[in-house]
Amino acid sequence: MARTLMKGTEAIAEAAIQAGCKYFFGYPITPQNEIPEYMSAHLPKVGGTYLQAESEIASINMVMGGASTGYRVMTTSSSPGISLMSEGISYIAMAELPCVIINISRGGPGLGNILPAQGDYRQATSGGGHGDYNIVVLAPGNLQEAVNFTQDAFDLSQKYRTPVLVLADGFMGQMMEAVEISPRRTEAPSSNADWALGWWDERGGRHATIYSMQLDPDALEAHDTHLQEKYARIRASEARFEALMVDDAELVLTAYGTTSRVCRSAIGNLRAEGYKVGMIRPLTLWPFPSAGYADLPKSVKGILDVEMSAAFQMLDDVRLASLCDLPIATTGRWGGFSPSVRQIEDKCKELLKKQGGA
Amino acid sequence: MSETQVFDLPKVWNADVHTHYCPGCTHGVAHRLVCEAIEELGIQSRTIGIAPVGCAVLMHQYLDLDFIEAAHGRAPAVASGIKAVRPDKIVFTYQGDGDLASIGMGEIVHTMNRSLPLTVVFINNAIYGMTGGQMAPTTLLGQKSTTSPAGRDAKTNGYPIRMCEMLATLAGPAYIERVALTQPKYIIKARQAILRAFKNQVEGKGMSFVELLSTCPTNWGMRPTDACKWLEENMMPYYPLGVFKDFA
Repeated sequence: MARTLMKGTEAIAEAAIQAGCKYFFGYPITPQNEIPEYMSAHLPKVGGTYLQAESEIASINMVMGGASTGYRVMTTSSSPGISLMSEGISYIAMAELPCVIINISRGGPGLGNILPAQGDYRQATSGGGHGDYNIVVLAPGNLQEAVNFTQDAFDLSQKYRTPVLVLADGFMGQMMEAVEISPRRTEAPSSNADWALGWWDERGGRHATIYSMQLDPDALEAHDTHLQEKYARIRASEARFEALMVDDAELVLTAYGTTSRVCRSAIGNLRAEGYKVGMIRPLTLWPFPSAGYADLPKSVKGILDVEMSAAFQMLDDVRLASLCDLPIATTGRWGGFSPSVRQIEDKCKELLKKQGGA
Repeated sequence: MSETQVFDLPKVWNADVHTHYCPGCTHGVAHRLVCEAIEELGIQSRTIGIAPVGCAVLMHQYLDLDFIEAAHGRAPAVASGIKAVRPDKIVFTYQGDGDLASIGMGEIVHTMNRSLPLTVVFINNAIYGMTGGQMAPTTLLGQKSTTSPAGRDAKTNGYPIRMCEMLATLAGPAYIERVALTQPKYIIKARQAILRAFKNQVEGKGMSFVELLSTCPTNWGMRPTDACKWLEENMMPYYPLGVFKDFA
């Protein structure tokens, strides 16, 4: 389709449909309600089904059922709802089923508020639930990326048979930008007949079983090891980041999602004034793109982590990725605010002055 | 005389696999009735079962069917997800009373009410079996369990929940019946009810729910024959057998 001005939530919903997702399970929660609303209006037109669950717990288990058939399915929610889904995500990861989950994240903890925040980083990158597993986490920084990453999420979930989460804060869900949404080529669901339910004849008259209980410790140890080997493959091939003007930078900002947009504006202004600043922007939060921080040029004297999180939840990953070699400062707002361009510029100037830079 | 009839197990039953069920447990009878219904309807290749958390968690090893294990209580949500994507499949859950009437109360109520054509087989043995005999929502007043050692007391633990009666107040479900597994005369009725519950789905007639009053000799601390007697004398008066809804 041609470039169209769309709201983030609606663009994500249409991107999913164009990626072959015809089945959606969800429960209302602000600020992501436009996704289930869009799905309820549009899925019947493509021969699909929108099923409203009684809770996020039911949504994610409907997703598990739908995913077990080898068809593309998804659910979306916002922070408190994702907490409720965590049990189900653990089961889906264990059973190695592909599915896509979108978190249009809001302020927390608890009920928090319905404004944008980035306080779900740790939950997302740890997988959220119990046990030794991870899920792929994609973090778009603009709406075209939100569209592309939603479609990538389906492909990645299929490729690795794992849940994939798109973590987009409330600004990403509620803002409008021009996007282009193209159909994504998908394989027929019957191509999953070797593991999926409902393909008895295609599998040659044999049943399929999807289970997560492994009472035999030898079997569980082997399965857990198998999962870790899969995660190692994902770490090796799927970590993504954007490096912006880091080649001669003295200070490198790091941010994802909405805060990376504010940083981009600040970097433009600071560069115009002669300050040598750049940015490493993770596009995948898990796997974390450590290479972006490990290969920084010698000119870099420090890192500034910018987040809409009071706990600066990404900081530990940045520290590990940069091998604790560089001083890391933080700035941000939380509780529903994003930091201003001015706040970031001032912080950069203060840090560069301390470093004896420009 | 007509021809000789040879007894055989249903094909759906994996005869080579030994079950882990305790001696005298009625899960074996219940599994067999499910197998017979599926075989009689000729739907083995298009049936998908959802195993619960509880004693029946491993039932996917005993029945030769497509199967998925659900998280505790979530089997109806998993079933709804499958049926939404594959309305051409015959989808059933098999759940115990802890799974269905306690942790999964929300899922069963809303799934019954949504009334996608699904089949629910509900095992009510008035106790948590797999975890070792704790009090269930269906445990009778005065009944001893490992978490009600002095007997269930309504003051702190409330009253046993009658699922059929409660679900029958919903407009959604098509068919709700309670049967028992203690004697051939009851098992014959149970067989008919389970067959009916699957047949309704094959014919697209909506949501069907069959409660099977079942024994747990191990956790009740009784011999199997005594357990059957205890069920009839204690459970049947509180959980009366019968059809609670039949719109199919």
